[in-house]
Amino acid sequence: MDVDYELASWSNLLTYSAMAVYAIAFIVYAFDLFGGQRLRSTEAASGDRKATASARGAGAADRSGARADARTSARSGVRRTSRGASVAVLDEADTTTAEAPASGGPAGGAGSGGRGGVKGRASGGDAAEALDLGPRSRKLARIATSLTVLALVLHVGAVLTRALSVMRVPWGNMMEYAMTAAAIAGIVYLVALRFRDMRYLGTFVTGAILVTLGVCITVFYTPAAQLVPALQNYWIYIHVPIAILSTALLSVSAALALFQICKAWSESRGSSRRLAFMDRVPSSGDIEQVSYRIAAVGFITWTFTLIAGAIWAELAWGRPWGWDSKEIWTFVVWVIYAAYLHARATRGWGPTKVAVLNLIGMASLVFNFAIVNVYFDGLHSYSGI
Amino acid sequence: MKREETNAPVTRTNETADRQGSGSAAKKSGAKAAPADIGTIGMLRWAWRQLTTMRVALILLLILALAAIPGSLFPQRIQDPGRVTRFIEENGRWGEILDSLQVFDVYSSFWFSAVYILLMISLVGCILPRTAQHWRAMRARPPKAPRRLTRMPGYATFPLGDDDPADLLDLAEERLRKHGYRTARNADHIAAERGYLKETGNLVFHAAVLGTVITMAVGALLGYSGQRVLVEGDTFTNSLVSYDSFERGTYFDADRLDDYRLRLNSFTSTFDDEAIGNQFGQPRSFEADITAFHDGAETQHRVRVNEPIRIDGSRIYLTGNGYAPVLTTRDADGDVTFSGPVVFLPQDGVYTSRGVLKVPDASPEQLGFVGILLPTAALNDDGELVSEFAELRNPYLVMSAYAGDLGLDDGVPQSVYELEAENMAEVIDPAGVPVTLQLAPGETTDLPGGHGSVTFEGVQTFIALDIRHDPTQGLLLLFSTLLLAGLGLSLFIPRRRVWVRVNGAEVEVAALARGEDPRVEQTVEDLAVELND
Ligand code: HEM
Repeated sequence: MDVDYELASWSNLLTYSAMAVYAIAFIVYAFDLFGGQRLRSTEAASGDRKATASARGAGAADRSGARADARTSARSGVRRTSRGASVAVLDEADTTTAEAPASGGPAGGAGSGGRGGVKGRASGGDAAEALDLGPRSRKLARIATSLTVLALVLHVGAVLTRALSVMRVPWGNMMEYAMTAAAIAGIVYLVALRFRDMRYLGTFVTGAILVTLGVCITVFYTPAAQLVPALQNYWIYIHVPIAILSTALLSVSAALALFQICKAWSESRGSSRRLAFMDRVPSSGDIEQVSYRIAAVGFITWTFTLIAGAIWAELAWGRPWGWDSKEIWTFVVWVIYAAYLHARATRGWGPTKVAVLNLIGMASLVFNFAIVNVYFDGLHSYSGI
Repeated sequence: MKREETNAPVTRTNETADRQGSGSAAKKSGAKAAPADIGTIGMLRWAWRQLTTMRVALILLLILALAAIPGSLFPQRIQDPGRVTRFIEENGRWGEILDSLQVFDVYSSFWFSAVYILLMISLVGCILPRTAQHWRAMRARPPKAPRRLTRMPGYATFPLGDDDPADLLDLAEERLRKHGYRTARNADHIAAERGYLKETGNLVFHAAVLGTVITMAVGALLGYSGQRVLVEGDTFTNSLVSYDSFERGTYFDADRLDDYRLRLNSFTSTFDDEAIGNQFGQPRSFEADITAFHDGAETQHRVRVNEPIRIDGSRIYLTGNGYAPVLTTRDADGDVTFSGPVVFLPQDGVYTSRGVLKVPDASPEQLGFVGILLPTAALNDDGELVSEFAELRNPYLVMSAYAGDLGLDDGVPQSVYELEAENMAEVIDPAGVPVTLQLAPGETTDLPGGHGSVTFEGVQTFIALDIRHDPTQGLLLLFSTLLLAGLGLSLFIPRRRVWVRVNGAEVEVAALARGEDPRVEQTVEDLAVELND
């Protein structure tokens, strides 16, 4: 029962440090999103749309450098039409000048205009917001993102030292599970940033991680120790991390769904001063797509969690399925997300209603973790609380 | 196929039968009531069509999620019948009402069954036509290009230049084939489609859901599960009479019980005495050393929580453990009336254990004892006797004694863990105070009133085994694997149609995604650039 208490206390220290940095990142993100930055009116932005398309091209050419230029001549003459189904607004290159504030990420079709001679047509209207983001606010977002990276390094350090202190996986009880899940959510967010500019989510993500870590170190706090016999099995290397990954993915998806709903609301009301920050957020349709894609991955991993859990349950208790309270709720979560995927393909279910289903799914997921583990009787009784 | 969205412009124009049910125009406008005067057959057909719409499937899914929840809020008979009985007793009239609503048997209740059976019917009604349609689609030529390709979500043009139109179409066809498209050559254009596996995956997924549910139902009919408590040294022979409790599926056949015996040689458990806070005293290992006798051979097994023994179709799981104090009772003459281990069930994390000893052979009256075993006895801050650790470090037994009629001859089966003391009186000392026996291992106490004596000899351990048989598990694994694989294909394979058309001096390239496809524009553009080279 070897536990390195020295390392375990380092883990706690790192957790507190990570929280401090997350808190600063949270504040900077908040300034980025809600701050005093004056916004151009939507009309002005839409007037610039055509310019955006070509500017985007320029940005892409910048990024891909000489190679793109070489291709340009060979490909001249291709005219492209884009309905802007998924025009990404990502400014990986924060350095881009005002004429070319945005450039396409790999996920979007944007950026391809760089192949010379293209007469682009962007009719999605998603490009508009790119223009609203002046260099100043992007600078704040960049600082906040860097801080998030730093916080995440500390956070991952906390998880690793915790794991090393007991020489086992860092998900043997609720505290460790939530800590790891929060770290993965942070990583999912940062990885997603490579494809899309989702920094408007930053406030939300850092805030949620901060709260999670706060709960971990207080309510869920569990001293470092070895595993109970029920958890001593190789399935803990399969079932639990995938559950954690699902939780992280679905959380990010839910955060996006929330923004989608707010954005759709502000879109329907036109510009208003109080909702001005919403102009910095991509169109609700755009958010919806990202949210859906992440949720789709999350649903698959959750399905895997369910199946792997059933196999483990067979190994531990002799039946794959026994309607234990934890099993019930895992099933409920699964069914709600299945309904979400269905709703998306069902007529009469508008995007906002679908997003509400996503949020209900999230609520059931949180319930499954925070309430069922602690208050419900069942075989999965290793919350550590 | 997706519903239309302003920024995900997937049209359903080319679809023959959409999944929302063909001819859904009336339904779409919200006219859900059945039309009048359509007769019984008409009603049935109408109901069937309603049931197999996606909207109803969606509603049923949401209801299923809701209906599953009560099972986590109320105790369930399939988990713990004892708790259900207690719950009903405690809640009186409400308990009975809830019981009549099958709230304690949610997953076999009429309402839960109704929801999932409707869903299964809906699923069948959904899978069959779609399979037929998909089968046709897979064998049909990719559909011709619509007249106005500019409407497509992905669209690009470039001048034909001096190329021969036929050569260009040849080239386009070759390129598209190389990228996994099925192509069809038309007069002035190539029509291509890819991603049929998406729909295949989706159908496999839905069929696998159905298969999983049916397999689970069948498994419950064919299988059995039984429980047995074994004290160290005990042997269990696999036959119906040896089980403490046994649940069988409807079509289970007792003759098919595998023939084997198990002997528990020893059981050891360790608990954490180093960790701090709430981790102190947590279990760290449970290990049973079991010998199995099967087919004339003897095998040794180390059984842990996640490591069952498998013998033929049976699997033997270690699901519980505890302490069994070894007790000896003697009558006033010193003759032994009982001697052996008595299973005490642990009540909490420190294994404060409760048990009952019944001595029908005692004289002058039958005796019954209700006892608490404290594995590591200590006094708490309030001066009460408690156990402070789960291992046997300072075992101490506290019992009260009853004399009278145990009621064992009534023919009504009794639990070995409960004393039915209606016809018994507590044994009292000469002062008229009920006696409380307090024993450390090796100690003996005399009972007042000529009832003889009790000796606490020592403590053995016991384990609880679950023995199960379910012939359908292989199938279940197969279906869940298909389910996952189908889902992956369904969600991640992009399905799209591409057209390359020579339109006068211009070449048009267009694509239409069916379902989620982030790369549709990119595809068109890459293809256009490729062909223009
Ligand atoms: C136990 C019941 C069901 C479950 C768990 C379930 C689950 C799912 C899931 C997870 C998906 C997402 C896969 C994807 O988007 O490609 C899906 C898609 C779909 N389901 Fe079901 N389903 C069920 C019943 C039904 C029924 C009864 C119907 C027919 C009315 C149906 C029709 C469809 C269709 C058409 C899609 C494709 C939607 C799309 O293109 O995104 N499902 N289902």
